[in-house]
Amino acid sequence: MMHFMLLFSRQGKLRLQKWYMAHSEKMKKKITRDLVTMILARKPKMCAFIEWKDLKIVYKRYASLYFCCAIEQSDNELLCLEIIHRYVELLDQYFGSVCELDIIFNFEKAYFMLDEFMLGGEVQETSKKNVLKAIAAQDLLQEECEEPKSLLEELGIVSTGVA
Amino acid sequence: VLFAPLTFVLPPPANAKQHASAFQFFFGKLQHIGQFSLETFANQLSLAKVEHHGSAGAVRTSRLLVAALLLNRRLCSFPIVIIEGVLIFVIVSNIVVAEIVVADDEMSQLILLLLVFWSGLHSLISLLLLLLTARSSGSKRLSANMGKSKEAEEKRINKELANIRSKFKGDKALDGYQKKKYVCKLLFIFLLGNDIDFGHMEAVNLLNSNKYTEKQIGYLFISVLISENNELMRLVQQNLKNDLASRNPVHVNLALECIANIGSKEMAEMFAPEIPKLLVMGDAGDTVKQSAALCLLKLFRTAPEMVPMGDWTSRVIHLLNDQHMGVVTAAVSLIEALVKRNPDDFKGCVSLSISRLARIVTSSYTDLQDYTYYFVPAPWLSVKLLRLLQNYPPPEDTTVRNRLAECLETILNKAVEPPKSKKVQHSNAKNAVLFEAISLIIHMDSDPSLLVRACSQLGQFLSNRETNLRYLALESMCLLATSEFSHDAVKRHQETVVTALKSERDVSVRQRAVDLLYAMCDRSNAEEIVGEMLTYLETADYSIRGELVLKIAILAEKYASDYTWYVDTILNLIRLAGDFVSEEVWYRAYAAKTVFEALEAPACHENMVKVGGYILGEFGNLIAGDARSSPSTQFQLLHGKFHLCSPPTRALLLSAYIKLVNLFPEIREDIIAVLESDANLRNSNVEIQQRASEYLSLARNSTQDVLATVLEEMPPFPERESSILAQLRKKKPAVEDAIRVRGEKQQQRPASGAADGAAASAPIAATPASGGGGGVKLQGDIAGAESNTDSDLLGLDFGGSAPAAAAGGGGAGGGSVDLLSSILDVGVSSSSSSSAAPSAASGASAQRKTVVVGAGASGSIVGEENWHKFVCKNSGVLYENDILQVGVKCDYQQSSGRIVVYYGNKTPAPLAQFASVINLPDSSLTNQLGIQVKPVGDRVGASEQVNESSEMDSATFFQHWKQLSQPEQECQKIFQAKFPMDAETTKTKILGFGFSLLSNIDSNPANFVGAGIVQTKSGNIGSLFRLEPNQQAQMYRLTVHSIKPGVSKRLCELLETQI
Repeated sequence: MMHFMLLFSRQGKLRLQKWYMAHSEKMKKKITRDLVTMILARKPKMCAFIEWKDLKIVYKRYASLYFCCAIEQSDNELLCLEIIHRYVELLDQYFGSVCELDIIFNFEKAYFMLDEFMLGGEVQETSKKNVLKAIAAQDLLQEECEEPKSLLEELGIVSTGVA
Repeated sequence: VLFAPLTFVLPPPANAKQHASAFQFFFGKLQHIGQFSLETFANQLSLAKVEHHGSAGAVRTSRLLVAALLLNRRLCSFPIVIIEGVLIFVIVSNIVVAEIVVADDEMSQLILLLLVFWSGLHSLISLLLLLLTARSSGSKRLSANMGKSKEAEEKRINKELANIRSKFKGDKALDGYQKKKYVCKLLFIFLLGNDIDFGHMEAVNLLNSNKYTEKQIGYLFISVLISENNELMRLVQQNLKNDLASRNPVHVNLALECIANIGSKEMAEMFAPEIPKLLVMGDAGDTVKQSAALCLLKLFRTAPEMVPMGDWTSRVIHLLNDQHMGVVTAAVSLIEALVKRNPDDFKGCVSLSISRLARIVTSSYTDLQDYTYYFVPAPWLSVKLLRLLQNYPPPEDTTVRNRLAECLETILNKAVEPPKSKKVQHSNAKNAVLFEAISLIIHMDSDPSLLVRACSQLGQFLSNRETNLRYLALESMCLLATSEFSHDAVKRHQETVVTALKSERDVSVRQRAVDLLYAMCDRSNAEEIVGEMLTYLETADYSIRGELVLKIAILAEKYASDYTWYVDTILNLIRLAGDFVSEEVWYRAYAAKTVFEALEAPACHENMVKVGGYILGEFGNLIAGDARSSPSTQFQLLHGKFHLCSPPTRALLLSAYIKLVNLFPEIREDIIAVLESDANLRNSNVEIQQRASEYLSLARNSTQDVLATVLEEMPPFPERESSILAQLRKKKPAVEDAIRVRGEKQQQRPASGAADGAAASAPIAATPASGGGGGVKLQGDIAGAESNTDSDLLGLDFGGSAPAAAAGGGGAGGGSVDLLSSILDVGVSSSSSSSAAPSAASGASAQRKTVVVGAGASGSIVGEENWHKFVCKNSGVLYENDILQVGVKCDYQQSSGRIVVYYGNKTPAPLAQFASVINLPDSSLTNQLGIQVKPVGDRVGASEQVNESSEMDSATFFQHWKQLSQPEQECQKIFQAKFPMDAETTKTKILGFGFSLLSNIDSNPANFVGAGIVQTKSGNIGSLFRLEPNQQAQMYRLTVHSIKPGVSKRLCELLETQI
């Protein structure tokens, strides 16, 4: 099973974190720091798998973002690379050519999508269509229960009076 | 391109003039750079990065960055653009779309101007609009202002937090939308790396909302931010319970996902009984089933005891047949976890998953629609199924097994088909399935042809372009090398692996290559592999040197067939790992320390002095730190032996001295004094004279540098070395290599026979040899010197010499078990001596059961102690060291007995040429142990005697007691207790000894009273005893009455040793 997934930028800023095992905040920060330093120091063309404690780290870089997963010894590294890729595809399809900012500002969508794709550290649904359908259904529910706002309001140019 | 917006692409300039003026304009602003050139620019840029501390630095960096952007337009396309504290996102296509967040306004204006300059006025409006957006909308505004600096960011965040706090505390009740908004903002701030200490309650409140998104944000906040022991968890769990029971599947799903995300023990307790229903209930939707399966899995992993097994468990494996591939994918993970805990209960899943797998691998990539991933049908499900099967042995049913073999073959076949796509995703997914299939093949380890095919497939990957594949191939091959079917196939790739070791750029891949070489090493290729590893060690990455050194050492030890090779290897290792300071240094330090200790012995062999001189000269510095082996002590120690040695040794010592001059300048004067003494400088021996004078001038006149060069650490010096090594070899243990007896060999040595006169028992006394097992280390040599047995040193030689008969009489027979293992030269000679009967005339001795009455054994104390154990016990361990365990088991019938000697091989390797010999000094009877029952000559023969316990009542007892109370029949002893006086233990011992214990006979219940019969070939001897413990004095009084006078005495003596 996967123990955690981290997304961070080339500058080492953490953009998304998903923990499938319970750790204290302190521990999470330490792990993140260690891994970010370790992975940023690696050169391109190096092997995407690293032995780390009793886990295996699988990472891949997409433009300015690094995706990094920790899996157990018995897990399949290559398939983990494809888990990352499938997640990127999902994000890409949903946001339409996703960029780092999309993930920063729409982190909740990124989380919801990950929950549809993986649960408890195991792959739940590998079909892109099914995951996106589920997210689309959520968005539909959102629209139903929220009154539409004008474009300018959304942009914040016209103030609604709520800061 | 993914994340395309982060790539900086400027539009082509309208013309060259415009381009040039852009630079002019820009560099007008950056006057401090002065004369422009590409080089200075690049330098400035890197300088700025270094100096980038305060805000002034930040401004400068951002200016330079913009300049770099412009430059890069000429140089290459360059994805930039985030620098800590200064965020610049520039996205330019044919219309300008820019999001610019810069530290100071001046810069924003500058960039704006530049962009306008390039793209023309028409896009200005959209640009402005976007800038405004960036500045004022919700979270975006937050981040926009965050650019300024760390402090400004903190300030902004604190302000925002204060705002949210006041909203939460304010009088005005917030509506759901507002609550959601602020909770979301808090999450955002948390994810930026700040601590959040409020808002939890509001998040929990959101769970009560009927609106999906509010609920969803609430759950997200809880999953990310609330730790499992938070007091709000109760409330959360109540909400979860409501949502689980909801009729709306999306709410059920939200709850399941939240439980799976947190998965605490409490949740397991509360929800584990509920969730199985969702899983196997017919009407639950597919998505609910999927989430339920994985949610249950999470709870099962947290607290397996909380998940009740029951009806659902038998139904859960049928989910493998579910039509919905997503449900199967989720369910397999759960099933695997259940199987791991309880394989037998889920055996049915084997055939189900094989047929599911067969359907997948034989389907074309169009069949499975969206579950096909880059032309690979359902890779995730396939891998999970293959992993599930790794929890079981190969299926017993032949149809099922063939079906599985077909699947695996199909997967292997697909690997060699031309790829359906050039995308890396295609090959990754395909190979992921392949590697998992190979893991299963290795796990089953039953089909040689599949194993060999797997190996050749992996061999191809070894030279694949993809680093990842090479890495994985090396890793999997390690496993293949452990299977006897594919070990040879793996060995064929040795050359490729060696090349990988030399040429791979990634150290982790080289590490795998080392692992594989280690795994594929056997006697046939050991020299080559170790040679390659040694070569690699010279250039190896520091991070893996430690492990590498160990691996080389282990292989060298394990597969050394030639002693010189072994020593050369180890010396090379020492030389190469020389500067590599880590625990490996112990090899050298250990050698130095060991010889130092050996030299400290008052008398030591001249060869030891030679070895010591050599080693201290080379590595003495390693132990100089210890006050007990300071430089001058080392020198004194060597020199102390100098005058006792022959000229060649003296010459060698002189060389050692000059080396010490190099290692320890502080003892230079002492050594010069020795060198210039007449005894050396004018020695009649030309060699000594010459060395002394040459070394003298070297020590006197050379600088430290010259000394260091001349007296550098020795490379292996085969010629002179060999003479010392030859000596060493004799004494060293040859390596475990020689040991060829697989598993345990058990030998029986039944001894029976009649002794008509003296009853002899065959004692087995083992004496560990004085020079115990040597090791690979130099100490073997030292041990050898001291070992005085004629068996070769190395081994265990525990030879006990036959004890002489104690009581004097009778013909003593001796039996000795001698096991010799030729290479190891293990001589185990345990001698047994027969004991003489106390009274030769009577012909019956009162020997105790096993063994040993033997008398004044000259065997070592250890041996004595060991065999004494068997007075009260019928079985036990006689001797044990690192290599061998010798156990004894005896049983007795009437006057004959059987002693079984067990030899246990404790090494992982087999013991070769193992033989055991029964050595009977008196009759020179030798009994091959392998041969069953060979009658032993009657003199030796052992009529082992057994005391049979007898039962009698009080009256009978005292009657007999009195009958046997003649002075010579009675033997009484008063002695100190040797063990704690515990009644129960004593009882066990007495029963073990062979006496019966008779209760209610003695008036004092603390006393032990009993009877027994010593049976001999010539007749039975009844004996009675009474043991009176005295707790205060820790003493016993033991009285034994027996028909034969000697017997009482002997029994008394024996019992005395035991209690």
